[in-house]
Amino acid sequence: MARVTWGLATSHVPSIGAAMDNHKTGDEYWKPLFDGYGPAREWMAQHKPDVAVIVYNDHANAIDLDMVPSFAVGTAATYDVADEGWGRRPVPPVVGAPELSEHLVRELIDAEFDITTCHRLDVDHGLTVPLSVYCREPGDAWPCAVVPVLVNVIQYPQPTAARCYRLGKALGQAIRSFPQDLNVAVFGTGGMSHQLAGARAGLINERFDRMFLEAIEHDPESLAALSREDYIREAGTEGIELIMWLVMRGAMSDKIARVHDTYHVPASNTAAALALFEDLGER
Amino acid sequence: MTKARDDYLLDLTASRRGYALNRLCGSLRDPENRRRFTEDEAAYCDAYGLSPEQKRAILGRDWTGMLELGGSIFYTYKLAMLDKKSMQYLGGVFTGMSVEEFTEAMRSGGRNFG
Repeated sequence: MARVTWGLATSHVPSIGAAMDNHKTGDEYWKPLFDGYGPAREWMAQHKPDVAVIVYNDHANAIDLDMVPSFAVGTAATYDVADEGWGRRPVPPVVGAPELSEHLVRELIDAEFDITTCHRLDVDHGLTVPLSVYCREPGDAWPCAVVPVLVNVIQYPQPTAARCYRLGKALGQAIRSFPQDLNVAVFGTGGMSHQLAGARAGLINERFDRMFLEAIEHDPESLAALSREDYIREAGTEGIELIMWLVMRGAMSDKIARVHDTYHVPASNTAAALALFEDLGER
Repeated sequence: MTKARDDYLLDLTASRRGYALNRLCGSLRDPENRRRFTEDEAAYCDAYGLSPEQKRAILGRDWTGMLELGGSIFYTYKLAMLDKKSMQYLGGVFTGMSVEEFTEAMRSGGRNFG
């Protein structure tokens, strides 16, 4: 059977990807953030998963406002890297895990999560930046296959935090019932506090972020109990992306260990964080 | 230029109001569309069925006006990038700061609203 081996929560800010693509990670501006990633990257390099299930949101690249699925799962064999309006990131295409995708879709629908499926999906920075956070130098190919899981966070009303947490629980069960001997990592991406538009642009709420970074490990229920209005008020109109960390946390067992975390302001207009957890539940 | 409200939520009313504007900005994912837009911005706005107010906001780069007319930052940012303007530049526009002031505010820990 497949097992969830670790979970990575990470911001997915485009400029974090651009810093890597343009070899600026040693610059004064970026060095503290990338230094902070170091121990997590070393640990992940020694615990390579076969598949990464990456929970992220599209940013007006694969999904237009014609149709907005609340939850969707990629089911393709490969995913192209999106041109978001300024050319594609110079990173390899993403290889899918279609058998696992199909299993997850069926299990999630049986668990009463009515999932939209995507056979064609250009993946944007929301997915590729977390992959680069995991693997700095992929060369010609990423070191693992990927199942994209999409959550609508840009059109209001977004799914509730509680629903995201329950989706994670169902996702974890679905992964653990896949009859192949696979190590699966689950990525929850986005956040932390940030607001891009309006008079509150530039919002950072370190107090909320630190609380969230702590509670995601031991008290995810308290985070699941927050309303979308709470997230928008405290973490900003885009900080509501943090609900996707709850999908990752829900997919992990109750028995997890924090491997590493880091928090840094700013990555362009965002509070950037990483938190890495090992799943000890299956031992 | 339009003065920004605190928060802009892309709810279904905004999505309906901003549909043509967001669709135009979204089309800039395609390099050929970027070329056509740059060649004749006004004609491109007409082809996408923008309202006169939306067209004015696009042509005049009224970034806050675009939000008021239903624009989503993830769409309008594609137009900003075509102009080689950063998210810090837009942050400055929304908050009445220069790009340098806004960038410095972020480097000093961001803007705290308590």
